[in-house]
Amino acid sequence: MSRIAATFKSLRAQSRKALIPYITAGDPKPGITVSVMHAMVEAGADIIELGIPFSDPMADGPVIQRASERALIHHTSLRDVLKMVQEFRVDNAQTPVVLMGYLNPIEVMGYEAFAAAAAEAGVDAALTVDIPPEEAGELLSALNRHALNAIFLIAPTTVGSRIETICKVASGFVYYVSLKGVTGASHLDIAGVEQKLDEIRRTTDLPIGVGFGIKDAATAAAVSKVADAVVVGSALVSRVEALADQPDAIAPALARLLAEMRRAMDAQSQS
Amino acid sequence: MLTSNRKTYFNQPDEQGHFGPYGGVFVAETLMQALEELRQNYEKYLHDNDFLAELDADLTHYVGRPSPLYHAERWSRELDGAQIYLKREDLNHTGAHKVNNTIGQALLAKRMGKTRIIAETGAGQHGVATATVAARLGLECVVYMGAVDIVRQEANVYRMRLLGAEVRAVESGSKTLKDALNEAMRDWVTNIDDTFYIIGTVAGPHPYPAMVRDFQAIIGREARQQVQQQAGRLPDALVACVGGGSNAIGLFYPFLDDEAVAIYGVEAAGDGLETGNHAAPLCAGRPGVLHGNRTYLMEDDDGQIIETHSISAGLDYPGVGPEHAWLKDCGRAQYVAVTDNEALAAFHALTRIEGIIPALESSHALAYAAKLAPTLEREQIILVNLSGRGDKDIHTVAALEGIEI
Ligand SMILES: Cc1ncc(COP(=O)(O)O)c(C=O)c1O
Repeated sequence: MSRIAATFKSLRAQSRKALIPYITAGDPKPGITVSVMHAMVEAGADIIELGIPFSDPMADGPVIQRASERALIHHTSLRDVLKMVQEFRVDNAQTPVVLMGYLNPIEVMGYEAFAAAAAEAGVDAALTVDIPPEEAGELLSALNRHALNAIFLIAPTTVGSRIETICKVASGFVYYVSLKGVTGASHLDIAGVEQKLDEIRRTTDLPIGVGFGIKDAATAAAVSKVADAVVVGSALVSRVEALADQPDAIAPALARLLAEMRRAMDAQSQS
Repeated sequence: MLTSNRKTYFNQPDEQGHFGPYGGVFVAETLMQALEELRQNYEKYLHDNDFLAELDADLTHYVGRPSPLYHAERWSRELDGAQIYLKREDLNHTGAHKVNNTIGQALLAKRMGKTRIIAETGAGQHGVATATVAARLGLECVVYMGAVDIVRQEANVYRMRLLGAEVRAVESGSKTLKDALNEAMRDWVTNIDDTFYIIGTVAGPHPYPAMVRDFQAIIGREARQQVQQQAGRLPDALVACVGGGSNAIGLFYPFLDDEAVAIYGVEAAGDGLETGNHAAPLCAGRPGVLHGNRTYLMEDDDGQIIETHSISAGLDYPGVGPEHAWLKDCGRAQYVAVTDNEALAAFHALTRIEGIIPALESSHALAYAAKLAPTLEREQIILVNLSGRGDKDIHTVAALEGIEI
């Protein structure tokens, strides 16, 4: 069983939901990423989404765009990101790591070389934002060859037939983008999310993560009521930005926010 | 119908928008439905007689088409080689070829019931052409423009504002055209229900490269007829500048199956290809994925998009339309590059010898034509796309001569 499947299985046995923090690798400098990953796990993260910096993050709002810019000042490359995961694995063998990013850095490395190196480094899955299933054939075979999961997005605008297309190729979990917009937007409609999740669940047994617009313990708890996993990105990254010149304060600050979310989510699942 | 054993360049792209290995749809899921809706409408209206009649009437009475084909006799004599004919897209309303496309897409937006138009712009020409049609159709208009380009193209920014458009400065990344495109995509994802995104060149995800080509192909259709009327035959060579590639593909497309006609696309070599300061992905880049399609890009070894340089803001783009990438690989078109200085020399030459002030973008095509002409015979013909007029560039040119206007 993959690390991601095992994680969801054990959470389900405890009637708990997964907490998935996102940070951009190398933000604000490459040296701190691994220690921040460990701190997030200690604070209650179940899976980590690690962003690969890209010069043109078309689907991201200003907060995550600036995270990429900060990481790219230090030329944080895909190879560097893989090294960080490898280093993380020295002390953590069980927390799944999902790489999230755009296609071009992967395309330049080559799909097969990327999948081989990612598996070797201890990566569990890839979420490539700008490759829909229709274009993903070759990348999917490379990921499959190396037993990596392929995470895909489903959007509020995704119609029924596309949900099927996506769920056919997705593995690990599917990621429902909870609003029309880019990362960091903030108008979350829980009832609307619940309705769409019902529709997705009629198509797939995969766990469903919900992201975009989750900014605090209350929104995390509300989403955990309807989803299998809660993905938090911009709320964390904006704290990294605020503390960019005091890097030592970053891990504790992210840990605090995640611990609050964890408590609120667990209280929600017990009620 | 063309029979299957006859070679044709007219059967691209495929259903999913692929030109050979290039093109396609590489966007986040949040845009897929909007692109599908656009594709269906574009395919429907492309064959809708009412739509085509309205487009035709607007191109005639509002844009001023057909644009003339002008035999630049004095300049040809001076170059002492082939006869140069200029397709005068500079004489269109708003001063460039861009309006051919914005009219088409804006009419499509109206048919689709969209009330808000967004666009990206580099030189400001596409922004002005979009603001113009939005004003005429009474549509709300927001134009994204890199903060660096806003400084370079002040006059066009003011023009857009006069036309009622909101110009939003883009401060992310390199603050130029590529970042404006990213920002327009983000706006579109957020406001997908009422908003139509008018892309200004043959880039972006399918159906944009095909759709923009089809709206710009009026250039080549007219030119093909005009040159046969005036010179009694097809030209020996076509020359057009390539930024994203819309004026070039507009001229080239109707000639693609005329294999005897040589085709040259001219990229911006900036300070020179060897310096790295240029905007010539086809000449000096390699394939990758950006802005929704696979094409040649300017990128570093990590796959990050690198900053480009050209004296002309309209050519300052690190990608290029996927159909050009395909035409390059299959050898039907050749792509070359000319430097800032060569383009400036051509700018002055055409102005002084023919009394036509060309856009700096178009000056790249002229500069290559000036190199090509002396290598051909006097009775041969080079047809150059004069994609725009140079009024917008006089500040740039004056500043180089130490003059402030
Ligand atoms: C006059 C003119 N020519 C050419 C271009 C380059 O665009 P394209 O390559 O799409 O024709 C521009 C872009 O702004 C322009 O204004």
